[in-house]
Amino acid sequence: MALASVLQSESVDFSNYGRQRHGFASGLYEAELGLESVGGDRLSFALSTSCSNGDGPDRKIEFLHGTTTLAFKFQHGVIVAVDSRATAGSYIASQTVKKVIEINPYLLGTMAGGAADCSFWERLLARQCRVYELRNKERISVAAASKLLANMVYQYKGMGLSMGTMVCGWDKTGPGLYYVDSEGNRVCGDLFAVGSGSMYAYGIVDSGLKQKDLTVEEACDLGRRAIYQATYRDAYSGGQVNLYHVHSEGWTRVSQSDVLMLHQQYQAEKA
Amino acid sequence: MEYLIGIQGQDFVLVAADNVAAHSIVKMKQDQDKMFKLSDKILLLCVGEAGDTVQFAEYIQKNIQLYKMRNGYELSPTAAANFTRKNLADYLRSRTPYHVNLLLAGFDETDGPGLYYMDHLSALAKAPFAAHGHGAYLTLSILDRYYRPDLTRDEAMDLLKKCIEELNHRFILNLPSFSVRLIDKDGTHDLEKLIPVGAK
Repeated sequence: MALASVLQSESVDFSNYGRQRHGFASGLYEAELGLESVGGDRLSFALSTSCSNGDGPDRKIEFLHGTTTLAFKFQHGVIVAVDSRATAGSYIASQTVKKVIEINPYLLGTMAGGAADCSFWERLLARQCRVYELRNKERISVAAASKLLANMVYQYKGMGLSMGTMVCGWDKTGPGLYYVDSEGNRVCGDLFAVGSGSMYAYGIVDSGLKQKDLTVEEACDLGRRAIYQATYRDAYSGGQVNLYHVHSEGWTRVSQSDVLMLHQQYQAEKA
Repeated sequence: MEYLIGIQGQDFVLVAADNVAAHSIVKMKQDQDKMFKLSDKILLLCVGEAGDTVQFAEYIQKNIQLYKMRNGYELSPTAAANFTRKNLADYLRSRTPYHVNLLLAGFDETDGPGLYYMDHLSALAKAPFAAHGHGAYLTLSILDRYYRPDLTRDEAMDLLKKCIEELNHRFILNLPSFSVRLIDKDGTHDLEKLIPVGAK
């Protein structure tokens, strides 16, 4: 496909550049991140790290972002919905992973990519947020918290961290939602979906958000439905849908629904 | 996949950048502002690798502001451009080079308007018009053909629209909107976003 080859050349540009960069330091374990297309024109969301020990051949280890996480802002705050499946290749390692990290009572972080990377750095972020609170006698804003995280991981750019997270919260400017990843992206927005099932989730939430003014109930249903649809199509997402709602008082854990139960429920509704 | 363009007139510089922040094949954000205000009359347009763009541009921005605080006066556009290029060059052969492509546009009291083209290999060139990105291949010839040094503001705007229409017509990726700004002796002015409509 023409598009894939354009994207292929674009992404290979960056990752080749990265390899040259690390080529100057020999004998060290160097790893870089690049979104590369795998095998012809099939695009996969594989992040590959390459170990080049001096003159050794490039060996690729693939960490798959097998997950679907999403968050969107609406009138009454932010809805955060995630799946709970962890995969190692084609083996399902766990169906009960907690992919929402509770940074503090009014900030949430989602997990996509390396579980250790996400939970470690977000725990560190929690510590920094607490320090900020103690020093300034006021809560940290979502913008500042996401900037702290982005700056922390930027220092490790190109060294093999794998983290795609959304920082969601409520501060004095209202609901806040930022996407931060280990490549150094930090973007503010109203809707994000991250992971291998993100495309499928975008489809549902984009069409559902077209009608303005959702109630809390409707927004929760939309988030739940989007994750369900993603788990239906994406083999690497599944388990349960964990749903959180962030409002002016902080976050609330709304529900945990098994995807297979949701399937039966939606099938029954269709009939 | 990102696009930057700058056109210098007799007493102004017109710049535009697309608004898409993309990640793989998804548009994560459709109203991203890729212009960074270095001072009242200097803008830095920055595209390139994720993370590097914002980190590098903010680093330059804060250093320009620090210079003003320390010395009581601002760096001229020429000085700012050379400072930026020097930083790119210093990091180029380090373990963490910045993979960014830049346009710096400014207005100097004595020298008038100036547009500076910089790329990730830390080249620097003062140019009457410039563009970055895949879209540059399609639009540089249009700029070559129709540019004149004595363009008025309206004529420069028409030239910019010509370029964007060409992108809309021929460029494979859809860039739905472009931020436009104009710098002249009175400072930086935000103009209306350009939204190309329909496919010809």
